[in-house]
Amino acid sequence: MLASAIQHIKPGDWLTLLLGSLFVAMLASSLWSGDLADKAIIRSGGKIFREAPLSRDQQIDVPGRLGISVVSIKQHKARIASDPSPRQYCVRQGWLQQAGEIALCLPNQVSIELVGSRKKYDSLNY
Amino acid sequence: MTASTTDDQDQGEREKGKRTSSGPDLPCTSIRLDTTAEDHHIARMAAVALGLTILESAIPSPLPGVKPGLANIVTLIVLARYGWRTAAWVSLLRVVAGSLLFGNFLAPGFFLSLSGAVLSLLALACAQHLPTRWFGPVSHSIYAAFAHITGQMLVVYLWLIPHAGIAYLIPIFATAALVFGTVNGLVAARFMDNAEIPDNKPIENPT
Repeated sequence: MLASAIQHIKPGDWLTLLLGSLFVAMLASSLWSGDLADKAIIRSGGKIFREAPLSRDQQIDVPGRLGISVVSIKQHKARIASDPSPRQYCVRQGWLQQAGEIALCLPNQVSIELVGSRKKYDSLNY
Repeated sequence: MTASTTDDQDQGEREKGKRTSSGPDLPCTSIRLDTTAEDHHIARMAAVALGLTILESAIPSPLPGVKPGLANIVTLIVLARYGWRTAAWVSLLRVVAGSLLFGNFLAPGFFLSLSGAVLSLLALACAQHLPTRWFGPVSHSIYAAFAHITGQMLVVYLWLIPHAGIAYLIPIFATAALVFGTVNGLVAARFMDNAEIPDNKPIENPT
């Protein structure tokens, strides 16, 4: 059945198939490639608290409205390790690795945003 | 009470352009549409495509929008046999009648189908001019499938979900278009192998 299917594919069809596959591969590589981040911007109360490079492992205590959020940076990834917010959304978000990823602790008004070498957008509004 | 039987219709075919009332005992005027043999043929083909659409809706899909598009097999065969104009009729009739059957006429799903169908037809209008010696239904099908998904993504992005996040889904849809486009093209080519050549029109690309 496969052999009879292949005889229906003309030479130009093979070319089309090849072009189509290349096109799909190109789409996937361009749309799915997240830039790796190299810097974490830590904000508290809307102001930038610190910009930390991801190359060095460290723990940073960030004072917020409710208390202290702990940001931990390890192996080129960053996360909020603990936070006084009641629902712990930002902590449960886990490790952030790619540029553009954000963890927000709204009640404590603390956030970390990862940025790469080039920024994808100027600002985000919610 | 327009009791027009098939006999009547065939008569109407022969006496094209002449309005006949359906009976002398009826005082009310009845409107008759004169149909040609080509109209009947288009309707038959669209009905086959419609059947495939309904059949396909029974197949579960992991992601909304990833569908085999079996009805396009009919469009491909009609394109190869009877030309682009007939294929456009069959395809658009299938979209409109299908939406009436599924009950989503003028709903978002209808516009998704419509934009996909229109862009596929435009792609087919270009692809049919490829040399038939080198390019067959498989190429037509793949180009149409990519155009289809392009049309749908445009509607989704410009109207339904204006968010850049849908870009993450594009490679999935494109892969599906390539796979299902190839399969549909192969099925269409296979059908055109088996069926005998109709005597009124010569087959355009003998394989």
